[in-house]
Amino acid sequence: MSATTATAHGHAHTEHHELGFVRTYIFSTDHKMIARQFLFMGLFMMILGGLLALIVRWQLAWPETAVPGLKLFLKETGGILEPSTYNMAFTMHATIMIFFVIMPILAGAFGNFTIPLMIGARDMAFPLLNMLSFWVTATAGVIMLSGFFVEGGHAAAGWTSYAPLSAVPQYTGVNWGQNLWCIALFVMGIGSMMGSINYITTIINMRAPGMRLFRMPLVIWSLFITAILLLLALPVLTSGVAMLLFDRTLGTSWFRPSGGGEPLLWQHLFWYFGHPEVYILILPAMGIASEILPVFCRKPIFGYHAMAFSMIAIAFLSWVVYGHHMFVSGMNPALGMAFTVTTMIIAVPSAIKTFNWLGTLWGGRIQYQVPMLNALAFVGMFVIGGLSGIFMASTPVDIYIQDTYFIVAHIHYVVFGGSIFGAFAGIYFWFPKMFGRMMNPALGHLHFWGTFIFFNLTFFPMHIIGVGGQMRRIYNPMQYEFLQHQQHWNVFMTYAAICLGISQIFFVINFFWSLFGGRKAPMNPWNSNTLEWTAPSPPPHLNWGATLPTVYRGPYEYSSPESKEDFLPQTAPPGRVPAAARH
Amino acid sequence: MLNWWLPENVSTFGRDIDWLFHLIYWITGITFILVAGTMIAFMIMYRDRPGRRAKYTHGSTPLEIAWTIVPSLILVVLTFLSLPAWSRIKMNIPPTDIVVQVTAKQFNWQVAYPGPDGKFDTDDDKKFLDEMHVPVNKVIRVNLKSQDVIHSFFVPNFRIKQDAVPGRTIGAWFDATKPGQYEWPCAELCGFGHSGMKGWIYVHTAEEYAKWATENLAGAAPAAAEEKKDDKPQSTTEGKPKS
Repeated sequence: MSATTATAHGHAHTEHHELGFVRTYIFSTDHKMIARQFLFMGLFMMILGGLLALIVRWQLAWPETAVPGLKLFLKETGGILEPSTYNMAFTMHATIMIFFVIMPILAGAFGNFTIPLMIGARDMAFPLLNMLSFWVTATAGVIMLSGFFVEGGHAAAGWTSYAPLSAVPQYTGVNWGQNLWCIALFVMGIGSMMGSINYITTIINMRAPGMRLFRMPLVIWSLFITAILLLLALPVLTSGVAMLLFDRTLGTSWFRPSGGGEPLLWQHLFWYFGHPEVYILILPAMGIASEILPVFCRKPIFGYHAMAFSMIAIAFLSWVVYGHHMFVSGMNPALGMAFTVTTMIIAVPSAIKTFNWLGTLWGGRIQYQVPMLNALAFVGMFVIGGLSGIFMASTPVDIYIQDTYFIVAHIHYVVFGGSIFGAFAGIYFWFPKMFGRMMNPALGHLHFWGTFIFFNLTFFPMHIIGVGGQMRRIYNPMQYEFLQHQQHWNVFMTYAAICLGISQIFFVINFFWSLFGGRKAPMNPWNSNTLEWTAPSPPPHLNWGATLPTVYRGPYEYSSPESKEDFLPQTAPPGRVPAAARH
Repeated sequence: MLNWWLPENVSTFGRDIDWLFHLIYWITGITFILVAGTMIAFMIMYRDRPGRRAKYTHGSTPLEIAWTIVPSLILVVLTFLSLPAWSRIKMNIPPTDIVVQVTAKQFNWQVAYPGPDGKFDTDDDKKFLDEMHVPVNKVIRVNLKSQDVIHSFFVPNFRIKQDAVPGRTIGAWFDATKPGQYEWPCAELCGFGHSGMKGWIYVHTAEEYAKWATENLAGAAPAAAEEKKDDKPQSTTEGKPKS
């Protein structure tokens, strides 16, 4: 099974007229190139978002001292953050990480790359729309970045931009920064809608012969469900930011009580989008982990149907839990009770998924390669993030921990410990297919262990200072007498965060070095079953040769008695042993 | 260990909150140890060794049922323990002894006690900035307003947090059990001065409070009379306010 046989077939179909540089690398309609574009965009923005986080951490550890390197940008203060600049830094850290790092990488890059390749399609259903989706999102990114250069600075009302703080320029002193924030998210919403329509159509209509819904890899299930959530949730944000922009620029009063508006309306709109959004960020990572665990356990996923149905359950429930962000907002407390119940219920499918991942490990033959380590870290960190969520589901406890660092710890365990470890796992796993070269395992191990250790040292103590009462989004904890005794934790976490940042250098080196100098990847380096590994690495335009693969079984037939080897690709025709009609 | 992290609790409902906090702490802590322990044990036991083939299994329905039902039951119990406390704190406010009006603004707490007419928002209101004085062991009702953006009334030692929303008057309450002075930060981002927006709540013994009141609220009527039993939960949306 060498790559050459597959490419030999491939020549029969690949288009003979070569596309020019622009059509191949820039305005490409090839889903794989668009995936790479999303990946590069996300990784670039991650550097920016990470640096903003370090600026925030510096200020919290050593308040009002010059941040190294910031002197260049903050000439008047000599590199010292002012409160308004600090507010801008954490607002943009979260905005960039959520909308321009995790969404482009998990939904954009992995969605585009894996969907056609893993369901056996030649491309997306609407390739041109797909290209537009990237370029609209990239435009949104440029608009978002331009906010750093306008007078008054970028948005500083938090990534949640609660009105009326965000709705009236005088309240923050930010004028065009917040406007550009709204416009950028509006444009991003349009790009995401194009992408999600494409994903849904492709998965429903373009599966290869034999690829029944319940033979789809779980990562495809997760992206399918994510796309549905994106399609339904993002327009709510899109309309919300449009209304906010109108309040700011046209004098409407959706959210300004002075004109008869209602500030809580913004929170309802924002969280109605915002909670499904949390699952948009975590579901693809769940899918990636469900994909990688069986490969490196050499064992079928435990409870395939339970895994798929629990994701469907999460998707449904994610619409009716959003009020738990608003327990102390002034919303009717009776409504708070209803949201407690739904929030407790949504913990159940998450628990089911965790137990099934453990079940997958049980009796496996676990190989500790870099993608697997990241996938295991995903499971472990997701457990912590999930369990800390139960504190918030209990309304009385939430009264105390709402808006403290306990929440900051929780979201980072879910979104960094979950989504980012999932993204790293996916990058290490699919890099050979994406770029045709292997990544360096030694650098991969260094990066993983550095990230894993310093991630925990950075974010776990946030639970402690949160329980101690430290509020999120404060500029200087030393202004509060009740917080001064725990300041040493802030210093400790900042040292850890700096080391966490340094650990990412191994990843950057590994990524770019492997891109050009990595060992050439074989067609199926991990001995995996799914369809993408039957195409050459990297797959040519239109992915396969003259015929598309035919699917005979589910994606996780590892160590099956049907086969002498410990894997049985989805495309292998049933052998002499009568197939026991299982997935 | 958690008592060492949590600030001292000095309010009546704070005890309920802390009790639930500790309960959830133990439940999630034990769950984490079991899950992480199992995971690490599996990772060691089932590491790749030559000559062994992985188990070929697609799952187990009894196990799926078990690990659906057990977490569900735990969460049902937690829900039924949480809801009564929530209702005690937010919905069934006990009879009020003293009413104080707090109007948040960027970046202060404006505290008002009613003047001799017993009403708020009249000229004889007694006003204070960033400080509130209350007697110990009395139910204090706070009518919470905001004149600009959303702020949040947070007193860590009282385990109370309630957003102040412009355009609304939201009722919050507390009953402090120990005299002292307690820090009173704003917990919702409210602009560049958010950090450092804080006041102090002074909880006095009955005698000290009487003394303070005669010196500072001279002639003021006890405001409790104003509030009837129809103390509806929270959040009554006012008629659309003036600019």
